Amino acid sequence: MALQITQSCVNCWACVDVCPNDAIFQDTPHFLIDDGKCTECLGDHGVPQCAAICPIEMAIVDELGEFLNPPGR
Amino acid sequence: MELPVISNTPSESEGGGCSSSGCGTAPDALGHLPDHIRAKVQDHPCYSEEAHHYFARMHVAVAPACNIQCNYCNRKYDCSNESRPGVVSELLTPDQAIKKVLAVAAEIPQMTVLGIAGPGDPLANPGRTFETFEQLSARAPDIKLCVSTNGLSLPQYVDEIAKHNIDHVTITINCVDPEVGAKIYPWIYWENKRIFGIEGAKILIEQQQKGLQMLTDRGILVKVNSVLIPGVNDEHLKEVSKIVKAKGAFLHNVMPLIAEPEHGTYYGIMEQPEPTPEMLQDLQDACAGDMAMMRHCRQCRADAVGLLGEDRGDEFTLDKIDVMDVDYEAAMVRRKEVHDSIIEQLEAKRGNAKPKVEDLGIPAESRPVLMAVAGKNGVVAEHFGHAKEFLIYEASPAGVRFISHRKTELYCGGMDSCGDGDVVDAGATESLLDRNIRILEGCEVVLCSKIGYEPWAKLEAAGIAPNGEHAMEPIEDAVLAVYKEIAATGKLLPAVDSKKVA
Ligand code: SF4
Ligand code: SF4
Ligand code: SF4
Repeated sequence: MALQITQSCVNCWACVDVCPNDAIFQDTPHFLIDDGKCTECLGDHGVPQCAAICPIEMAIVDELGEFLNPPGR
Repeated sequence: MELPVISNTPSESEGGGCSSSGCGTAPDALGHLPDHIRAKVQDHPCYSEEAHHYFARMHVAVAPACNIQCNYCNRKYDCSNESRPGVVSELLTPDQAIKKVLAVAAEIPQMTVLGIAGPGDPLANPGRTFETFEQLSARAPDIKLCVSTNGLSLPQYVDEIAKHNIDHVTITINCVDPEVGAKIYPWIYWENKRIFGIEGAKILIEQQQKGLQMLTDRGILVKVNSVLIPGVNDEHLKEVSKIVKAKGAFLHNVMPLIAEPEHGTYYGIMEQPEPTPEMLQDLQDACAGDMAMMRHCRQCRADAVGLLGEDRGDEFTLDKIDVMDVDYEAAMVRRKEVHDSIIEQLEAKRGNAKPKVEDLGIPAESRPVLMAVAGKNGVVAEHFGHAKEFLIYEASPAGVRFISHRKTELYCGGMDSCGDGDVVDAGATESLLDRNIRILEGCEVVLCSKIGYEPWAKLEAAGIAPNGEHAMEPIEDAVLAVYKEIAATGKLLPAVDSKKVA
């Protein structure tokens, strides 16, 4: 149960501040999610917070490789 | 003629970033403001066009995250509310930002204003933003602080804002009607959810309006920015203007939408039209009445340093700051001296009335004429093909006033070639030249120091009279002289010939 950040990420920090589990960390070339910490926000929030705030389409995927913010909204 | 050299000024900043002299605005552009507000803004480079020749501002980019999506923004770049799209600022930690501010303040004593404007929404980054403000209020109390926001989180941080030395807040308000808002903001991040469309826009609008009221109730100055989006909020902005003024915003600044497809914004990709310079000007006139205060606004980048229109950021990159050893106590003493001397000059200037046109025998019923000037440091100095922007002035029987900047794209690559009419790359040159002539729409004269044969002919064909006879003269004098010449032909009087000059 963990989400992942893709190469579309623009390193805007928005997800870092809203993650309830401190699961997101800075790395190069882009931020990453620690899959040991990410709970997909279950128990904390109704929707994954990183995906709710991320301004970039296709920057966050689930374990099946589905985009949480697919292109074209 | 302008810009007396300020002692201790690093030489690059002499003449500053603005190319217009006193920008031609009547000295009482701030005259309508209540005294306490006027006192606060008259020495502020962003609000007083007079002061912007003397005082400098800087931005630090400590706030990367944003909590809404605007259709004119691509988050690969800085917040488009505050800088031109396509710009990327160097992100700093609060500690790095403090270091940079102190270094700049010591080096450029004219720097009096520090803003946090991005690269995202400062209030979506409360930790980084307020830590920077907190440290600065403690360590550099002689610096005024300001912050800008999209307004979504504003109500919850008004108390925090009031605690620091922050006397100006800029809120970008593009609409007061959620249906209009839904066309500008696809979604917001609110209470741990993404909220789309009208519902999201409604919350954003409520928060903006509430925050605005809370700030003005506490006596904090609020400027409202709006982005003019043709066909979306153009007419609507007149209502926005009324409402924000009624709530106590001291200034409403209307900026043009920038929607280049290469920036990858929604509007850019959807080919949403940008406003023409004329549209912008009409709306600014219709909305505000106090736009004279902001006509010099250059939509600075989130890490801008220096006088408005110039950027000395390169002198203060992280590696350079690292080796600078700043004694801020000593710097503060020197800063005070420099500030006092600038204020003295400004006061002296404020006492000087500008020459009246009536004294020069221009009949009061003459119509106004718009002129574009390729100017630099207050004089007609630029070759037509080298001008990065034209300064638009209006001459009328009431006097000469500065209206706006219109940016060009350089079509002339070589330094001398086009002065003689040589055209290096005919294809590319052609279209850029045409484009530049198009931005001069509405102007009847263009003043420059020199102009090639080809642009001359094209300008004439477009009904704009090129004029190279006032090279190196102060802009306002030159504009007035040309206005007088036109007036002398009788062409400005209503009964006679209403055709364009040229
Ligand atoms: S899904 Fe939730 S827990 Fe996982 S990284 Fe995103 S915000 Fe953090
Ligand atoms: S919010 Fe999206 S774009 Fe921004 S850092 Fe997180 S994953 Fe990257
Ligand atoms: S508020 Fe600024 S950073 Fe956020 S989406 Fe709008 S323009 Fe971009």
